[in-house]
Amino acid sequence: MPKTIKTIQVFGSGCPTCKRLHERTVQAAKELGLPVEVEYVTDLQRLMDLGVMQSPVLAIDGELVVVGYVPDLKKIKEIIMRKLAN
Amino acid sequence: MPIFYPVQLLADWIVYFALGLQHETHLADSLNFFIFDVIKIFILLAVVVYLVSFLRTYLPAEKVRKFLSGKPAVIGNILAALLGIATPFCTCSAVPLFLGLVQAGVPLGAAFSFLVSSPMVNEVALILLFGLFGWKIALLYAASGVFIATVSGFVIGHMRIEHLLEDFVLKGRSGESAKMPRMTTKARRSYAWSYTRDVIEKVWPYILLGVGAGALIHGYVPVGFLAAYAGADKWYAVPLATFLGMPLYANVAGIMPLVGALTEKGLAMGTVLSFMMSVTGLSFPEFVILKKVMKTKLIVIFAAVVCVGIMLTGYLFNVVI
Repeated sequence: MPKTIKTIQVFGSGCPTCKRLHERTVQAAKELGLPVEVEYVTDLQRLMDLGVMQSPVLAIDGELVVVGYVPDLKKIKEIIMRKLAN
Repeated sequence: MPIFYPVQLLADWIVYFALGLQHETHLADSLNFFIFDVIKIFILLAVVVYLVSFLRTYLPAEKVRKFLSGKPAVIGNILAALLGIATPFCTCSAVPLFLGLVQAGVPLGAAFSFLVSSPMVNEVALILLFGLFGWKIALLYAASGVFIATVSGFVIGHMRIEHLLEDFVLKGRSGESAKMPRMTTKARRSYAWSYTRDVIEKVWPYILLGVGAGALIHGYVPVGFLAAYAGADKWYAVPLATFLGMPLYANVAGIMPLVGALTEKGLAMGTVLSFMMSVTGLSFPEFVILKKVMKTKLIVIFAAVVCVGIMLTGYLFNVVI
């Protein structure tokens, strides 16, 4: 039985770049059939609490897996699959 | 630029040989200019953005904050402005970073210097300027950007306006840097590659449009055409360019090549620089995001100070160049 993912979050300031990351992540989760809601966090204080230098951020189960850029759909799926595998 | 000589050969080959167009015609001129500029800019973008983003992986948040807090006034402003060059070309990142700096105890003035220079002086703008105008203009742009950022931050820092920040800004503490595993060289390369792809994916349509429009102007509009309306002796050209630039942030990659072609037709260099700085440095989308961390009054002060800085620089260059 593979591990399941509990949370997927996209953090950003609400700009077009992080919106794009959010949309792609939603798409990726949908295509992989994950029963997880992708949370879109635009509260800057919460972004601050992560202690990162760049936005947007993609976090899976609290682990920061993408910081500072928007990967393409395929890459996002790969990242999610990798998280599922270990 | 001799390094791009092969690209010129390729452009010549495509236009005059493969397509068989006549030399010295408007169409051939425009097309040649378009092919050469597009290839050159994409090569520069890919190489430079990759290198910059690779190096950036060596610059974690914690180091930067420590480095900037507790520096004496003007020095702090200059360092923060310089730091703005190294950070990504996106207002979305600039605002969270600004917040992070303030919460880490970096003086407000220095944080503002960063906020001004981060979007204004960025690798994509510099590459475009270098590719289209040569290194002197690129350097001039970078230097005046850092200067405006330093001075604006210094001025705002002396206004005693902490109360115009949203309450949570000064109350909150930025989190300890996230526990990220030490990056391997492979991870750094992969980050740089993804980031570069992301940037190019974002800017390519604008570059094609901008260079395309620029090429048409290059080929079809008579030299000196704009001098009568927007030459260096027209006092209104600089403020007009500054205001026109404000709503155009997203298209920075398209605007630069376009405006580049206009300088040949008599648009003064100082006016062009003002326009570009206002396109990159001041933008409504940024103001919307800034609204989350500060009151409207402070955004207006911020925009006004930067605006004045940009215009003064524009006038200065129109006189000097």
